[in-house]
Parts: sequence; C-alpha cells; structure tokens
Amino acid sequence: MSQKVKDASIPTIPAKARFSRWFGRNLLRIYMIFGFTYLFIPVAYTFAFSFNDSGKSNLIWKGFTLSNWQNPCGAPEVCNALGNSIKIGLLATTFSTILGTMIAFAIGRYQFRGRSSSNLLIFLPMATPEIVLGASLLSLFLVFKINPGFWPTVIAHVMFCISFVVVTVKARIASLDPRLEQAAMDLYANELETFRRVTLPLVAPGIAGAALLAFSLSFDDFIITNFNSGTLITFPKFVYVSAARGIPAQANVIGSSMFFLALAIVIAGQLVKRKKTR
Amino acid sequence: MSSDAISARGDLRLTRITKSYGDFKAVDDLTLTIPKGSFFALLGPSGCGKTTTLRMVAGLEEPTVGSIHLGDTDITTTRPYQRPINTVFQNYALFPHLTIFENIAFGLRRRGIKDVKEQVDKVLNLVELPHLAERKPTQLSGGQQQRIALARAIVNRPALLLLDEPLGALDLKLRRQMQIELKWIQREVGLTFVHVTHDQEEAMTMADTIAVMNEGKIEQMGSPADLYDNPETAFVANFLGQSNLIKGKIDGNDGDNLVVDLYGQKVSMPKKRSHAVDTSLYAGIRPEKFRISRLGTPVRGNTLTGGHIEDVSYIGVSTQYVVAMPWGQEVMVFEQNDDGVAPFDKGDEVNISWEPTFTFGLRGDEDIEAGTEVNPEELEEQ
Repeated sequence: MSQKVKDASIPTIPAKARFSRWFGRNLLRIYMIFGFTYLFIPVAYTFAFSFNDSGKSNLIWKGFTLSNWQNPCGAPEVCNALGNSIKIGLLATTFSTILGTMIAFAIGRYQFRGRSSSNLLIFLPMATPEIVLGASLLSLFLVFKINPGFWPTVIAHVMFCISFVVVTVKARIASLDPRLEQAAMDLYANELETFRRVTLPLVAPGIAGAALLAFSLSFDDFIITNFNSGTLITFPKFVYVSAARGIPAQANVIGSSMFFLALAIVIAGQLVKRKKTR
Repeated sequence: MSSDAISARGDLRLTRITKSYGDFKAVDDLTLTIPKGSFFALLGPSGCGKTTTLRMVAGLEEPTVGSIHLGDTDITTTRPYQRPINTVFQNYALFPHLTIFENIAFGLRRRGIKDVKEQVDKVLNLVELPHLAERKPTQLSGGQQQRIALARAIVNRPALLLLDEPLGALDLKLRRQMQIELKWIQREVGLTFVHVTHDQEEAMTMADTIAVMNEGKIEQMGSPADLYDNPETAFVANFLGQSNLIKGKIDGNDGDNLVVDLYGQKVSMPKKRSHAVDTSLYAGIRPEKFRISRLGTPVRGNTLTGGHIEDVSYIGVSTQYVVAMPWGQEVMVFEQNDDGVAPFDKGDEVNISWEPTFTFGLRGDEDIEAGTEVNPEELEEQ
C-alpha cells in the first residue's frame, strides 16, 4: 500500500496547496466556530462566575463554590425582583398573546376598512426607540394621574409585546391553507368548531412562539420598565442598580438558569417536532 | 328550513345561476339538473366557471342570482356544514395535525356520531389503505392522500359528492388507475358524484353525463358518446378530441339526408345530425372516421378527391396522416394499422372517404378554432 502511494506516477500535492484546499473546504466551519465563540463567551463568563466565591463584588475570581446555586435568594432583594419580573412577564405575555393573536387573525384573514393602515401601525412600537416610548408612557400615566408601579408596567409591556405577537402569529396564519378551513366546514364543522379543531391547532405553534418571545421581551426589559415601575424592583432593574456597588453572584445564578431554561425549551420543542414528523 | 337541509336527498337542480365578480361573470345564467345517483362531469378549460359552480354547490360561494335545490329543499344560502354535500378538494386539504383515522372520522364526529371506528375502518378498507390509519397525512404519497380525501368524504354518505380536479396532482399512470377505481367506488356506494375536470379523457372515462362548459355557460350536455360523435358546437368538437371541420353549403335533400357541397364535391349526411341554422355549415368528421385510398380504388360512402399526403406519423397502433386537400385545407386522418397494407408515403395522391352517418354539421358562422388551443397540457397527453 505505502509503496503504491510513493509511486512516481502519482503526483504528490505540495503541503501549501494541501493546506489551502483544506482551508477552503473548512472555511465555513472555522467561521462558524468564531461566530459561536463570540456569541457564547459572555454566557460562559456569566455561568462561570455564578460559581465564584465572591462575597460582595463579583468582578474577580476568588474561588469555586456551590453556595450561590444552593442559596439563589441569598443576596438581598434578588428573589423579590425576580418574582416581580416573572409576574409582570406572565401577565404581559397572557394579555399581549391573546390581543395580538386576535389582531393577527383580523389583519391576516379579513378585509376591512383600515386594514393596511393597521398593518403598518402595528409595526410602530417596534420601530420607536424604547427610551421615547418609556418617557411618553410615563407622562401619559401621570396625565391620567396613575402612579408608576406594578400595573402601569404591565400595561407598558403588553403594549410593546403586542407588535411582536402580531408579526409572529400573522406569519403563521399567512402560511395556513384556507382550504383546510373550507374542508372543515364542508365536513359539518360550524365556524366555532372549525376554529377550535382546525385553525387554532394549526396556528398554535406560532402562538406558542409568540408567547415565548413576549415573555423574554418583557422579562428582559429595562428602559421602559425603569420609567414606569416607580419603586417596584424588577430583575433587570436590580442588576442595573447593583452594578454600581457590585453585582452579587446570585444574579449570575438566575441569569444562567434563565439561559438553560430557554435552551431546554428550545431543545424540547425540537424533539417534539422531530417525533411528530417521524 | 336550514335544519332540514342536512337530510335533503334527490336531484340537484341549479336554476338560472349567475355568479359575478365585479363586471366579470364567472357563471352566466346556468341551469342544470344532476340526477340522483349519476356520475356527472363538468368539463371545460380553466376559467370556464366549473370550479365556481362546484363551490356554489358546496356552499363555499353564494350565487349572485339564482337558486340551488337538492330534491325539494332550497339550499342556496345554507352554510357548507348544513348541506349533505362533501367535497374532495383539488389539493386534498387533509388536516395535517390529525391522523388519517381522525381525518376520516372528522365529519362523523362533527355530526355527533359516537362510535366511529366501524365506519372509518370500513371506508379505509374500501380505499384499500387500512394500514395507514395512524399515520399523518404528510407521510402519505400523493395517490394515498387522494384516496384518504375520498374516504373522508364518502364516509359521511353525502347526498352529493363533489370532486374538484381530484386527480390533477397525480401522474398519468396513477391517474388512469384512480379513474377506474373512482368509477368502481361510485357504483359501490351509489352516491351522486359531481366531478369537475379540464381533462376530457378523464371525464369521458368516468362520467355517465358530461356538461361541457365554456365562458360561464354550458355548451352541450350529454353522454360521452353523444358529445364525441355529435357535437353541437365547434368548441365541443375541438375540446373533446380532434375534429376536421370543412366549410360547405347545404345543397338539397335526399330523404333523411342532406346533400352538402364541400368545395364542389357532393357528400351526404343525416339531417338530424346537422346543427346548421341556414344553408351554410361546417361538415365535421373525426380523424379516425376517415379512410384513405389510392386514386382509382373503388370506395364506399362520401368521398373527397384530389388530396395528397402531406405528412405521415407512425404511432404503432395507428398511423396519423396529414392530407392536403385541393382547396388548401389540411385534414387529419388516423388509420388503424390492422389491414396489412403498407402505409402511404408523403406525396401520394389519395382520396379520403367516410360513412355519411359519421358526419356532424355545425353552424356556418362558427369559429372553427374554438376550443383547440385552450389546453396545451391536454394535447400533450394524446
């Protein structure tokens, strides 16, 4: 075998050419590795420093400990802030998903006067800078003599989440074959049953995706929340405020947990999808 | 009234139906009766209004003017789910999130039938796919999906089953097979089938009665043999198969026959097969009805002389000739290769002849190109 390789009739490829060929073939892979490294170093950093035996400030690595994970509520106020964020997130998600889905159906399925302008207006909150939205909302609430706090924050979050829900659900509705609904009606299902048995199940993945998106947008929001929440502490506000005197490692624990939870949801979704198509 | 609609049975009657979209009339003053238990085909090129007609019968569109009756019940404005009518959609429209079993059971469950298993199994056996009950529609081939769509409709035993180009998405071989199966299933279950298609061969194979539609109106209605052998208009003559239409003049009577002058040569045809309104007419002869003979050979029936072979195509079962006639027209002739005679060659001087009874007469003011180029896809198949 080895003798055959050395046969003079087979031209040997010079090392340089071999490298450039290998490089050409793997360029995309190398690029991808760099891309993911760039994206995930901050996450990895956050995760690593959740194990830091840090004391007050979590800036310098002082040693490995599990105590932050064993006692995630150890830092003052952190779990209160987290609880508020989750409550606001769930409420904002529920309302924005219901309202946004209804708007998406109206725009995606029906012809009415003002349809195209509603279609355009729904993008406006997405395009407006958050700082402007937050400030205007605050002055709006104050004009109506509503004090900043929990409910104004929920209302503000519903407002900016709706746009994202509408866009996501509308895309799903657009890909839905109207003949499926006609077939359901043809098979003795009235309007309500058609919606419940055919339309809704087929649009459901879009609605679920929209709800997840809404929750993460709400949970993550700082700028608008900061204007409208008054003395209420949410998780992003907590992190921002503590940044001045050192973020406790518990924040890293919660941040990492959120990341892994999101990852788990995505993976579970993929597994279910794969099982369904098989 | 609408609650009774679901149990309506009987003939389907469309009375003076018009469906307009703005200025465009998709269906134009259509009156039609489809007898109970028949296999009825609406045949026409795309855009002729056949699918709109079907959708109005299904309840998915409402006619602008006119009424639809099933038996004695007026169903013109009832909702689709209040009609004892089911549809096999063109793209099948199987519910992708439900199993095959649940797809078929859908209609039964909506009507509140509890024990669906027996009926679903029975219809799955009828379409010979009982092993697919637990699959999802995307896991099935096109032909299997077609059968499931059919099963999902007939399991409800509707008064009327509508088929909207049901075989359009299948390949030619599978389509032939399904044509035969559909016909068999229709006899088996004894339902009224209304079949919409642009494929004349499909309509001829399956239907008892065909209505040929063009521009929102019915051109002619009858059995496949009627339509083929005695078309009343140039559109029907050209849309169903090929026709040679030769311009002529009625030159007198001969008992039950007319004497017709075709460019100076006298032929005869039965009076009752002429649809001419005055003395001008087109004599129509199907290409396979012609016989070719060498000059000087004695022939029977009508004869036209002075032709020569312009083109020869050997097809196998038949040979197709293009014969140039002295007045400049080219006629198509199909000869069966069953007589052991060597085919004619290009340039041979020939007579063409045919039995007078095969002639049909069209109005002299017809557009003889009508219906010829509406369907390139179909010509490819022939």
